[in-house]
Amino acid sequence: MWYNRDVITILDFSREELEEVFETADDMLKYSHSRLDILKGKVMALAFFEPSTRTRLSFETAMIRLGGDVIGFSEVSTTSIAKGETLADTIRMLDSYADIIVIRHSIEGAAKFAAEIAESPVINAGDGTRHHPTQAMIDLYTIRRNFEDIDGLTIGVLGDLKYGRAATSFIYGVSLYNIKKLYLISPPLLSTRKEVRDHLKLRGIAFEEVERLDDVIEELDVLYVTRIQRERFPDPAEYEKVRGSYRVTPESLKKVKRDLIILHPLPRVDELHHEVDRTKHAKYFEQARYGVPVRMALLKLILAGDRV
Amino acid sequence: MRKPNKEELIVRKIKDGTVIDHIPAGHALYVLKILGITGREGFRVAIVMNVDSKKLGKKDIVKIEGMELKKEDVDKIALIAPTATINIIKDYLVVSKSKVQVPNRIRGLLTCINPRCITNQPREPVIPEFRTMSLNPLILRCEYCGCTMGHDEIIRQLVKE
Repeated sequence: MWYNRDVITILDFSREELEEVFETADDMLKYSHSRLDILKGKVMALAFFEPSTRTRLSFETAMIRLGGDVIGFSEVSTTSIAKGETLADTIRMLDSYADIIVIRHSIEGAAKFAAEIAESPVINAGDGTRHHPTQAMIDLYTIRRNFEDIDGLTIGVLGDLKYGRAATSFIYGVSLYNIKKLYLISPPLLSTRKEVRDHLKLRGIAFEEVERLDDVIEELDVLYVTRIQRERFPDPAEYEKVRGSYRVTPESLKKVKRDLIILHPLPRVDELHHEVDRTKHAKYFEQARYGVPVRMALLKLILAGDRV
Repeated sequence: MRKPNKEELIVRKIKDGTVIDHIPAGHALYVLKILGITGREGFRVAIVMNVDSKKLGKKDIVKIEGMELKKEDVDKIALIAPTATINIIKDYLVVSKSKVQVPNRIRGLLTCINPRCITNQPREPVIPEFRTMSLNPLILRCEYCGCTMGHDEIIRQLVKE
């Protein structure tokens, strides 16, 4: 199912296909601190046109643990792109060197375009404000590790739902399941884009846009927190007015369900109080850890298929 | 003798050419504009606007004598007037009648409204492509960035060309 495929958006895949990744990731967990030789001789090219810590390093770690090698760049100033080389030419070059290309770019649709140019499979590691499919796979995997089933859960997504690609991809990801309800919690200025709401309607997902976390937190099984950037607000005073409503503190967790899990794609700033880390609800570091086994699973399935 | 219908009372039948019927009311001038008809080409053109229509309530009609449409013209008409029908007239008779069809995919005719879309980056060899999401109202989605575009924007872009 996965052999030689591109990964551009989470919506390119079915639940069954995601389940195959998750089952493979379960296997890979055993090897998160050792080395396999499944991808020996394979080269992964990292084309990171935008900064990243977690995504880049976890892809790199995943490839190394599978026995493969890694080339690439993580900033454009040292490459020919700084001289004005097009994305198309850069991708053609990497395609001739590597067996798989992982791309992050600030321009929307860059990964799809790269996939059209390259013969090797391309994985989107984030393009503009739109898609971050491997993050969504990690998020869904974390939920699956903590609950038996994603179906039937009540899920809240908090923060910048308009520009945040992790939040958008997560919303698309949960839309593949029969969840009980989806709460989209944000200030009106940062609410989900129309095309995302249209998609949810088309899928028949029960969702509601709300402005205050306090109004819905008691109902949630999963709370997915993302950062609200101050720069998004034209008026800093507006930001100061709303920021308190979008912070998760030990106080805000007083009435929550016993099994509530809190996720965050990280990095966080102050939207998640550090004291929340010590509660049993905090699963974001566990989620970050799954970055390696889930990406190992993807690389294995795409480059070696399910034969090994 | 058959009694002429209301429309024939306004504009006579044409001998040879094309009749574009069932254009949404008020859109006839857009259709002429995208066909590049200025009135100075020499062929006879008739425009009927806001006449009664069973299907649409009100509709516009464009009759062009001596002109046949190309495939690309028909695609553009479909995007401006998704309800339109195209009648080819030979010697006063309708020899073919077809409904325009909005293509499932539209390549190259339009540009994405998102300035941060890869299709709007200078020098990248990429042709904008859209998928039709809905016909009524007409909504297209960029195949690259996922941005959606409504009918007003589609008309604005096509007519501006």
